[in-house]
Amino acid sequence: MSVDVKETVKRIYEEVKAKSLEDGDMLINALHAIQDHFNNFIPPEAAEELSELMNLPPSKIYEVLTFYTMFSTKPRGKYVIRVCQSTPCHVTGGREVIEALKETLGIDFGETTEDGLFTLEYSSCLGLCGVAPVMMINDMAYGNLTPERVKAIIEELKGGEKR
Amino acid sequence: MAAVATNTILICAGGACISAGEESVKDAFKDELKKFALDTVVSVVETGCMGACNLGPLAVVYPEGVFYQKLTPDAARKIVREHILKGRVVEEYLYKGPEGEIKPQAQEELPFFTKQVKIATRNLGVIDPTDIDEYIGRDGYFALVKAVKEMTPEQVIEEIKASGLRGRGGAGFPTGLKWELGRKSKGDTKYIVCNADEGDPGAFMDRAILEGDPHTVIEGMVIGAYAIGASQGYIYVRAEYPLAIERLNIAIEKAREYGFLGKNILGSDFCFDIELRIGAGAFVCGEETALMASIEGERGQPRVKPPYPVQSGLWGKPTVINNVETFANIPPIILKGAKWFASIGTETSKGTKVFALAGKIRNTGLVEVPMGITLRELIFEIGGGIPGNKKFKAVQTGGPSGGCIPAEYLDTPVDYESLKELGTIMGSGGMVVMDEDDCMVDVAKFFLEFTVDESCGKCTPCREGTRVMLDILEKITNGEGTKEDLEKLKQLGEFISNSSLCGLGQTAPNPVLSTMRYFWDEYLAHVEEKRCPAKKCKALIRFVIDHDKCVGCTACAKVCPVNAITGEVRKPHTINDDECIRCGSCIEVCRFNAISKVSP
Ligand SMILES: Cc1cc2nc3c(=O)[nH]c(=O)nc-3n(C[C@H](O)[C@H](O)[C@H](O)COP(=O)(O)O)c2cc1C
Repeated sequence: MSVDVKETVKRIYEEVKAKSLEDGDMLINALHAIQDHFNNFIPPEAAEELSELMNLPPSKIYEVLTFYTMFSTKPRGKYVIRVCQSTPCHVTGGREVIEALKETLGIDFGETTEDGLFTLEYSSCLGLCGVAPVMMINDMAYGNLTPERVKAIIEELKGGEKR
Repeated sequence: MAAVATNTILICAGGACISAGEESVKDAFKDELKKFALDTVVSVVETGCMGACNLGPLAVVYPEGVFYQKLTPDAARKIVREHILKGRVVEEYLYKGPEGEIKPQAQEELPFFTKQVKIATRNLGVIDPTDIDEYIGRDGYFALVKAVKEMTPEQVIEEIKASGLRGRGGAGFPTGLKWELGRKSKGDTKYIVCNADEGDPGAFMDRAILEGDPHTVIEGMVIGAYAIGASQGYIYVRAEYPLAIERLNIAIEKAREYGFLGKNILGSDFCFDIELRIGAGAFVCGEETALMASIEGERGQPRVKPPYPVQSGLWGKPTVINNVETFANIPPIILKGAKWFASIGTETSKGTKVFALAGKIRNTGLVEVPMGITLRELIFEIGGGIPGNKKFKAVQTGGPSGGCIPAEYLDTPVDYESLKELGTIMGSGGMVVMDEDDCMVDVAKFFLEFTVDESCGKCTPCREGTRVMLDILEKITNGEGTKEDLEKLKQLGEFISNSSLCGLGQTAPNPVLSTMRYFWDEYLAHVEEKRCPAKKCKALIRFVIDHDKCVGCTACAKVCPVNAITGEVRKPHTINDDECIRCGSCIEVCRFNAISKVSP
């Protein structure tokens, strides 16, 4: 294991620990912090190091992290797109928006584009139903989507990357 | 320039308005004010959600209280030049009624707002949520002072019991009673938890409260902790709400600084602190036992109740869990008294409820109304009815645990019991309105897809049963269903309701059972005639071109992604049904209304 990862995970763990009032509840917070640091995914070395630090078997770490859809064991794109697949979005044209996303990106749910820029995932509800259909790209929300707007947003992000 | 000095511009910085470009509008206001050297006399305040989501970005200009909607940076600059500088209201950006008539300018007079009674959302759209002094300026933390200085924990519990407040997270359990059980439960350490996992599709009131008035949730929790004797609290927020997390963090820090959290609160020997816990994308974590497992750092799977959390919760200690909106109601009840609160609402459902209006409704957004208001008032008077001259078909309440209510029950009062009688639930207050174009079988199928995805897999009826129900529904929407399938669907639904471990499975069949109850004909049409009356199910519809109307402009042929449309220029075109993928692109581009869907 690279010394780098080991030390980074240790530092992140200490930071999370310092902020916690109880000892028993750190795992999910630690996983969030690690995932934020390693560009949207949890590398195996990091999970391994965390298991040592927390004195838990690796199987426990994976048991928990694989339960939650927001944690990923696979590298993800720079932009994680979460498109809402809930009823309010569905009845206001969400299906067409999802099709447009898949078509524009050329990937399906759970996949990442070849250039490593975009990962497409879905969410059960983003809580912005007043402006449905909705998606989030990293922490930024986009509402009132249409297939045309989706294409424009993706193109703009791609353009920003080239510049 | 005296008038100018008292101007304040409130901008809605709720999630929906931000997604519609609030930030650039705010910047434009500030820049333009600066240009006229007004930036020191006119304040621009970012508030929480004002409620009218589909009209965003929104702003209200005081002292007149003029309500501006659908703003752009240009609009902001114009409002500064016209309204602020010259006192002339900019009509272009006022709210207009369905016929384009200009409605009253003031926010309080708009029909969307007049019927509302704001208790839990009293500060939303009024204060800057990052400024604790603004919260205090609106009587914030006064209830805490009253509780800690003038009341015993038992008196606090009595007050909440007398108010009749019931949990706003779904089940409607009496809050005072829950607190009493928490108080009486023995344990050296007790916990109080705020359930901010809001997962019901179509519900976003908790998000708006957390983002727009985080201190009311904190104050409600501290009062609850005082009442039950808890020393530690958790707010479990879903990771999908980064803005709520940010504002809660600010609020918790400020509350500590002001001595409303921490050791010896308000000089008493009562000590209490709050920590945030962030979810990670699992709907079932909203269920209280799953939520506790998740806080403990485990897989978020529910367990059998009893024991209830008040007996054995976090780390086996007594734990009281309440919803965000429940906590937001606490400070006003303590300040104004149980009697006042109980005077609002119905016999069994006291106070107000925040509803989230979404789907096919003109005014989407958040509204807080007295319990007992009718669905018709909510959807047609406040919500403005259905857009595009379409007919109302159903309203779905209670998210994936609820059901659909058809038009004949629009005059039902909205309260816990009446909704239950109709085969649905209040749930967290999400209302998704559907019109004549929505297929109820498709909607039911959609909800089951959700449950199948979100089932945690622990118990078999939910894990396997919902899967089988979904398979049957898929068969039906594909035109391969039989009448026996409908029977099977019903039996299976009842079985899953009765035998699942937690609320997720127990309520998962509701969307199917309730649509079967009210839209049986629609199910029959799918299986007996292989027809989808709403023309939604792709396997049961065809696209046809009316040769009398088609002028042969070729627009449809050009847009068809699979080249299924043929015909010569200026001659009527034809769709080859074997190749058509029913994407609907042709209907959208046809300017002569020549293309329609038929079933069968
Ligand atoms: C599958 C499932 C999901 C739930 N999701 C939520 C939720 O997102 N927010 C919430 O407050 N309650 C939710 N609940 C209800 C909680 O279990 C619990 O009843 C509630 O938090 C109690 O607070 P209250 O008494 O203030 O309503 C859910 C229940 C189930 C079965």
